[in-house]
Amino acid sequence: MSILVLAEHHDGILVGATAHVVAAALKLKASIGGDIDVLVAGENVGAVAEAAARLDGVSKVRVADNAVYAHQLAEPLSALLVELADGYSHVLAAASTTGKNLLPRVAALKDVSQISEIVEVVDADTFKRPIYAGNAIATVQSADSLKVITVRSTGFDAVGEGNSAAIESVDTVVENRHSAFIKQELAQSDRPELAAAKVVISGGRGMGSGENFKLLDGIADKLGAAIGASRAAVDAGFVPNDMQVGQTGKIVAPELYIAVGISGAIQHLAGMKDSKVIVAINKDEEAPIFQVADYGLVGDLFEVLPAFEGRLDQ
Amino acid sequence: MKILVAVKRVIDYNVKIRVKADHSDVDLTNVKMAMNPFCEIAVEEAVRLKEKGVATEVVAVTIGPKAAQEQLRTALALGADRAIHIDTSAETEARVESLAAAKLLAKVVEEEQPGLVILGKQAIDTDNNQTGQMLAALAGLPQGTFASEVQVSGDGGDKKLQVTREIDGGLQTVELTLPAIVTTDLRLNEPRYAKLPDIMKAKKKPLDVKSPADYGVEVASKLTLLKVESPAERKGGIKVGSVDELVGKLKNEAKVL
Repeated sequence: MSILVLAEHHDGILVGATAHVVAAALKLKASIGGDIDVLVAGENVGAVAEAAARLDGVSKVRVADNAVYAHQLAEPLSALLVELADGYSHVLAAASTTGKNLLPRVAALKDVSQISEIVEVVDADTFKRPIYAGNAIATVQSADSLKVITVRSTGFDAVGEGNSAAIESVDTVVENRHSAFIKQELAQSDRPELAAAKVVISGGRGMGSGENFKLLDGIADKLGAAIGASRAAVDAGFVPNDMQVGQTGKIVAPELYIAVGISGAIQHLAGMKDSKVIVAINKDEEAPIFQVADYGLVGDLFEVLPAFEGRLDQ
Repeated sequence: MKILVAVKRVIDYNVKIRVKADHSDVDLTNVKMAMNPFCEIAVEEAVRLKEKGVATEVVAVTIGPKAAQEQLRTALALGADRAIHIDTSAETEARVESLAAAKLLAKVVEEEQPGLVILGKQAIDTDNNQTGQMLAALAGLPQGTFASEVQVSGDGGDKKLQVTREIDGGLQTVELTLPAIVTTDLRLNEPRYAKLPDIMKAKKKPLDVKSPADYGVEVASKLTLLKVESPAERKGGIKVGSVDELVGKLKNEAKVL
């Protein structure tokens, strides 16, 4: 049986998460064989399809290019996936807001369970996934004929890009009378994507204000880092919510995670505790973040951050 | 319009969970339980829509053991008008998976004919983030997931719902025909606390008890929980005394700079 991977894309660009989902699909392929097809659905997605065809391990890219799939609304896209799912044993998507919005709807329409945010493929039917904000790892086995799965990107290393898979178009057009796109407000940033960055520096309530987040800019620029935030910083209005790292925000696992003025609530740890090296900068030496930090520095961030930035120049 | 709100009883979000010694599940005995935080936000939003005159009645529903009635009473104290408890304790000790929950809720939707259904975006125990989407699929309704703002526009038979959704890159606004399914994100609202007089009054509000069999829904799932383990522990780190020492360690010891 074969595997269908839903490509993730924004503004005509294939998002990095897709290469991680294909990596999970390759693990499955080792058990079941078959092909890995990638579905690119949207409007004017030619360039996305070409980028998807370069991903190693992909057999074929299927492109549904139609205005009804623009902005990847759940209602038309789930109807398309339901049409295409026959012939596949597994349907995979990234555990992004797009994948989470869509795949449970597909699963219910096919009358099967959905398995969320897998971090490991044990075999074709068995998967590991975190529960309770990452404080326990569940091994689940599905007896459904079709497995509908979202993949946590940080659990799988991205595949390379030396391939040239065939591209074919999908003519299926569905109707959508129930939902319409109105507008989108995307945060602009020249920095690397939070979920894929090698280095992440995050600020919490201790930053004191949105203005003070600028203290992180210089360090982020020097390290090529993405900037994240705790829920407390987002709720206080310091920074927009798409910067939130945690159980209910983004899950990151960079080489280096620097937590500044973050106490380290369970909810935040769920989003970053798989980072390779964790640094905590906090003036409260009792802060729980120090229990997971490889290197902790107790001090006032307003003194430490400028010194840290200065030291990076040397 | 009637609003249906689904709530779930889960381990309180502050509790540090323990995995059972036999690795069958997380230990739930003698642990503080509470309403799932995202469900609280759903209840609050429904009550606010009633206070604005958009909703006429708020019905809270839960699926679970008898003890889950505590969370329904909480919803009633917060302003819901009546409650439905789908009692699963007679059928199964096991958890009710999202698909079965969605099937049961779809039956309630069919029976109650609400104009809007509000759920939390995910339960903090299973972290699935599935039930609202599955319910929308089964009921054949549009979905506004991860909502941070909800507005009803138009009047009479041409009411629509504008939902601002939290997506990876920022915010997205969609317009849905009603009836519709909405799942709440954390920033939708700040839930209120129940006052003592409201808690007393909630004891007299109607609470219907049903069973999955009443709705003809099979709770058994094709998903088996084989094992639950603790995640790999991080080994305790060290505290450094200065920025110089920190940068030195990151360069020479951890080699990440």
